Amino acid sequence: MKIQLHGTRGSYPTSSRENQKLGGNTPCIEVIEEDERLILDAGTGILEIDFETHYTAERVDILLTHLHMDHIQGLGFCKPIFDPKKEVHIWGPGGSSYPLKDRLNRFLSPPLFPVMLRDIPCKLVIHELPNEPFTLGKFLITSKFVCHPGPTVGFRIQVGKKTVTYIPDHEPILSSPHLFKEDKWISGFDLCDHTDLLVHDSQYSLEEYKAKVGWGHSSIDIAAELAERTGARRLVLFHHDPACTDTDRTLLFKKFMKTHTYDFPIELAVQGQEIEI
Amino acid sequence: MSAHEIEIILSRQLADCLTVPVFIVDPEGTLIFYNEPAEKILGKRFQDTGIMKVGDWGTAFYAHDNKGNSIPPSDLPLVSTIKSHIPAHKTFWIKNMEGKSYEISVTSIPIIGRSKEFSGALAIFWNNELKV
Repeated sequence: MKIQLHGTRGSYPTSSRENQKLGGNTPCIEVIEEDERLILDAGTGILEIDFETHYTAERVDILLTHLHMDHIQGLGFCKPIFDPKKEVHIWGPGGSSYPLKDRLNRFLSPPLFPVMLRDIPCKLVIHELPNEPFTLGKFLITSKFVCHPGPTVGFRIQVGKKTVTYIPDHEPILSSPHLFKEDKWISGFDLCDHTDLLVHDSQYSLEEYKAKVGWGHSSIDIAAELAERTGARRLVLFHHDPACTDTDRTLLFKKFMKTHTYDFPIELAVQGQEIEI
Repeated sequence: MSAHEIEIILSRQLADCLTVPVFIVDPEGTLIFYNEPAEKILGKRFQDTGIMKVGDWGTAFYAHDNKGNSIPPSDLPLVSTIKSHIPAHKTFWIKNMEGKSYEISVTSIPIIGRSKEFSGALAIFWNNELKV
């Protein structure tokens, strides 16, 4: 299984020269198994995908963790949406009151977007994520609600014995320096449990987090603690703060790694990176 | 092992921040968490007891009416909410560890998250004799 990182930046896209190393696109990754592909999130990273080459089949599946703008702002501009021959399946979390379609329609309609959802040329099929694991081709997909403002899920995707976990926006513990002692009380635990690759929110340093409790994001420290507690085999730190230059972000990461030791690799997510597990 | 649903985890995070006693139970009524103020009612610490079956926590404090008649666990708001999946409220008396009775009000609410499934219930105890 391969994972391609098309957008690694959180909150808003940035074209700053200071952010070109880790990348300026907002979240989107692809999970690839032979000729089958899944797209997770539709931030501006989705515009990096070569649909002509890799999506020759009629059907495209896009799984959304949530509907915050940075995770959907590429959706209205990705090519399959405007191809009448394509069948685009969008999967996302249901809400407490309004169905996914209604909530998506708020973004994909004037004045925020020139085209109405109902007028999009492709055959659009919108699915609320089921509470149970489900299969798309070779992929076994589990989604679970996680701690983040608004309906937000993380994904665990399995092919054979390999798993990747994607939780780009997550604040597993609020206003506490450490996770609860009991595993059952940790948001996202089941998704991360002994996963081969964890792609996880890490927007802040520990110091920055103290001023941003409740904003829905993790510090590098908590992301690493979650990976360690759940036995994840590799951690990719994701959802970089766009206000932080890549130089500062890299220094922060190196400083963190100098003072912490883990028995699994940890790295900063880089736009364009391909990871094989 | 399966982790608790997110709405239960968030309930605990809220309970951790409150100064009033909070009890959280699963759909079967098992007490899966109580906060520090609730430890004073039960006379036990959560880290010592871990989870408690309904038969254990329901009788851990002597609940009674204004005439001293005991109230069975089935009439407690939290137990009612577990059965009915609807909120409940009751004012009654409990005896503290020193044997002194004091009046409390208990409000319990069902916890039903976005999965639309009943994940458990939460009860908040109000000591009516405390002046805020």
